[in-house]
Amino acid sequence: METVIIKYNAGNIRSVLFALERIGVQATVTDEPEQILKADRVIFPGVGEASTAMQYLRERKLDELIISLKQPVLGICLGMQLLCDHSEENDTDCLSIFKGVRVRHFEPGTSNEKVPQIGWNQIQKLSSPIFKNVDEGSYCYFVHGYYADLSSHTIATTDYTLPYSSALQQDNFYGVQFHPEKSAAAGEKILQNFLAI
Amino acid sequence: MLTKRIIPCLDIKDGRTVKGTNFLELRDAGDPVELAQRYCVEGADELVFLDITASHEKRKTLAHLVREIATHINIPFTVGGGIYSTDDVSVLLENGADKISVNTAAVLNPGLIDELSKQFGSQCIVVAIDARHVGDEWIVVTHGGRTPTERNAIEWAKEVTDRGAGEILLTSMDHDGTKQGFAVELTKKITESVPVPVIASGGAGTMEHFSEVFRLGNADAALAASIFHFREIPIPELKRYLLKEKIAVRPA
Repeated sequence: METVIIKYNAGNIRSVLFALERIGVQATVTDEPEQILKADRVIFPGVGEASTAMQYLRERKLDELIISLKQPVLGICLGMQLLCDHSEENDTDCLSIFKGVRVRHFEPGTSNEKVPQIGWNQIQKLSSPIFKNVDEGSYCYFVHGYYADLSSHTIATTDYTLPYSSALQQDNFYGVQFHPEKSAAAGEKILQNFLAI
Repeated sequence: MLTKRIIPCLDIKDGRTVKGTNFLELRDAGDPVELAQRYCVEGADELVFLDITASHEKRKTLAHLVREIATHINIPFTVGGGIYSTDDVSVLLENGADKISVNTAAVLNPGLIDELSKQFGSQCIVVAIDARHVGDEWIVVTHGGRTPTERNAIEWAKEVTDRGAGEILLTSMDHDGTKQGFAVELTKKITESVPVPVIASGGAGTMEHFSEVFRLGNADAALAASIFHFREIPIPELKRYLLKEKIAVRPA
């Protein structure tokens, strides 16, 4: 099975590669359209800023390529947010795979809630094969200042200042807000499940 | 609910873990990768590696070690110690570090924080602040606590956040190595002054000290070294204690 990680100008790509190595999967990091199109699994990672990332994808026509993919695709963190309709981060139009889902900035009510959210939080209301054998309420590692609304695409929720989508799905497209590559055993299970879909 | 983080810190010299008191009297605490793996299994939430090697070979050996750590552990980790440029940071992130921490270099050249956060994103830039109580204020000290500066620690915390620091790692040099508890008052002042998470460090000796710094100091995370290395406080036991104290932590 061929797994590719889409190479673009957003961080944490190496972390995903190393995490896959730990579960015995050799993935390829590439921005070659042909290689991405023929892969069995595509991972769309990302840490960074939405408008810069979208601009980079458009310049290389990776935006059209990504929305045309038919194999299982997993967006991680910024990768998930870019699969939504729109992000408030520099008013950015995104790829609209998760239709109607908007990404908004956290507006904390108390000084105890910092932005970005950094750390381990629980994933709940799990409803997707990518959460097979993952306990309800498992802890995953999050680093983000923007969140995706709850919607009919929501397959996991998390509470931080409000309940939001910590995972989304539309057909072959999956997105997770947390970092499975850094979420200990629960994260590894989720990556394995995605590869086994 | 977002949980409070427990972070073991590994001081690295020539590829080995060491730990001293007040940054002196180093004693060997073993292979960093093995120790890191043990912490993952025990339920540490994150790890910090501070390289205190002074040799010319440092950059190469550290990059190699970071790569080893990245291929063996499944939780986030930060690397610090002697980072002075965007190139230093690139190498560490390329080899799998999730975040980097700057200390002395940021005090000498505050613009470095802007540069780093712009190029790599605030989420991976931790600014470490070492502070000492002098008269009635907390001042910033550098070079592992040896050099006092003119800067006020609280003002400096605000400035580094404005410049793009994503997190602050706050160490009280008066408390570090004493096992008498964290600098709770200082931690509280800083958590109230900045919008980003604050990791409290220096002085952990008992499980109660952790509870204090979370409850009274409002710390988002607490860091310690020797008490974890030498199993004086096992992490699973610490987490059970904190849960009993109604402090939200990820169960070990």
